[in-house]
Amino acid sequence: MPHRLIRFGLSRKHPEPRMFTRPETLKPAYDVVIIGAGGHGLAAAYYLARDHGIRNVAVIEKGYIGGGNTGRNTTIIRSNYLTPEGVQFYDESVRLWQDLAEDFDLNVFYSTRGHYTLAHTDSAMRTMRWRAEVNKHYGVRSEAVDAAFVKRSIPMIDMTCGGHAPILGALFHEPGAIARHDAVAWGYGRGADRRGVEIHQETEVTAIRLAGGRVVGVDTTRGAIATPRILCAVAGFTPRILDKVGLRTPIYVHPLQAMVSEPLKPWLDPIIVSGSLHVYVSQTARGELVMGASLDPYELHETRSTLDFAEGLSAHMLDMFPFLSEVKVNRQWAGLADMTPDFAPIMGVTPIEGFYLDAGWGTWGFKATPVCGKTMSHTVASGRNHPLIEGFAFDRFAHYQLTGEKGAASVGH
Amino acid sequence: MKIIVCPLNGSRPVSEFVYGGELRHAPDPDSCSDAEWSEYVFNRSGSPGIKYEWWCHAASGFWFIALRDTARDVVIETYPADKARGLGAPEPPP
Repeated sequence: MPHRLIRFGLSRKHPEPRMFTRPETLKPAYDVVIIGAGGHGLAAAYYLARDHGIRNVAVIEKGYIGGGNTGRNTTIIRSNYLTPEGVQFYDESVRLWQDLAEDFDLNVFYSTRGHYTLAHTDSAMRTMRWRAEVNKHYGVRSEAVDAAFVKRSIPMIDMTCGGHAPILGALFHEPGAIARHDAVAWGYGRGADRRGVEIHQETEVTAIRLAGGRVVGVDTTRGAIATPRILCAVAGFTPRILDKVGLRTPIYVHPLQAMVSEPLKPWLDPIIVSGSLHVYVSQTARGELVMGASLDPYELHETRSTLDFAEGLSAHMLDMFPFLSEVKVNRQWAGLADMTPDFAPIMGVTPIEGFYLDAGWGTWGFKATPVCGKTMSHTVASGRNHPLIEGFAFDRFAHYQLTGEKGAASVGH
Repeated sequence: MKIIVCPLNGSRPVSEFVYGGELRHAPDPDSCSDAEWSEYVFNRSGSPGIKYEWWCHAASGFWFIALRDTARDVVIETYPADKARGLGAPEPPP
């Protein structure tokens, strides 16, 4: 047992600092109130304090830190999207990810694995070539590879996928990575906390006070706060918050489920995605297979798990990797995905002055955590949308200018 | 919700059904404004609640209306589609 741990155990004072302080009471006023202490909200708080000098900030969370979709995703990080807006945005995010552990002085288990999007049809191969060309144009390392390349990189795969979906090739995205999701929320939370940001867990927003079309305050279950600026970063709960300020959006909520297997010896290095078989899978540092499929087929605001999901996903996993037939599933869970019709987020300023939105993160939010924090903190500090998020503006639907991001995960195209 | 009572076929497992979205009434495309049209085309009531929804029994191709609680996943009632007029959102002016 390490010396430090024995000393800590015998100490009466438990002098080790906690990750965060837990402020007893809310202050009567803050410069910025962030609703939602997930990765996105905490990242915005962190960059507001670090880069913009705005430290009188409260992050209000009705549950606990990182307990929503930050802790429920499958941790895949990539930037091989299809639209120029998407590729540039996610590429900036990947760059930020690579320095995050050093920024935080905390291991986020960032592990670059390479990411394969399998193509089982000629039309899918065509899309892969298209995505590769768009990616290369913006300096993102992606290329279309043939079946032999796939087999060399993933020797355990059945290239015929049970005989009914033969693999013709793939989009290979070298920077594809996974990370430890909790550490991301904790790292941003601790960094924000040390710079004076207050994180209030178990504090639910009950009302948002407006006057003359602008934000003046927030009522919570622990008291009222005056503030001129609110950032709403609550993923699947976005429509409920927007109802409180009378804004309508195209966001609809479906559950997205995932599951994890028992730990196995390392056998799968890259991240594998198959749009046709509705599977994405990676193996964690602990040896577990983290697996996801597609969105649940109808609207629901409940994080229940279904047998349909586990059965369907397992069947497709066995098409690719028949040798896993005896492997057990350890856990299964769901998150609430806030979907948009063009598979792109809704970010930035809204028609209500001082009310900023970071939403529509559906099935693609985790990988964007750092860049969302960067761009939203800039937007909140300056009152104007950051150039990288102009394609994701709130009013694009009213102007019929959708972004059309077809590189998103877990959605049929 | 694992069983839905189809007005035509009776109780069937949910895997036989396809979700068709919330019941909404279109404004008149000839007379409404661009803003009204984009509101109809894109915007949704995303919060949980008791909603009228389109569902289809895929095996028989039969479309119908279900009144469902989207917070608890409970179907309260189902109706044949010809009863859709007058349900949910207010009727557009003639």
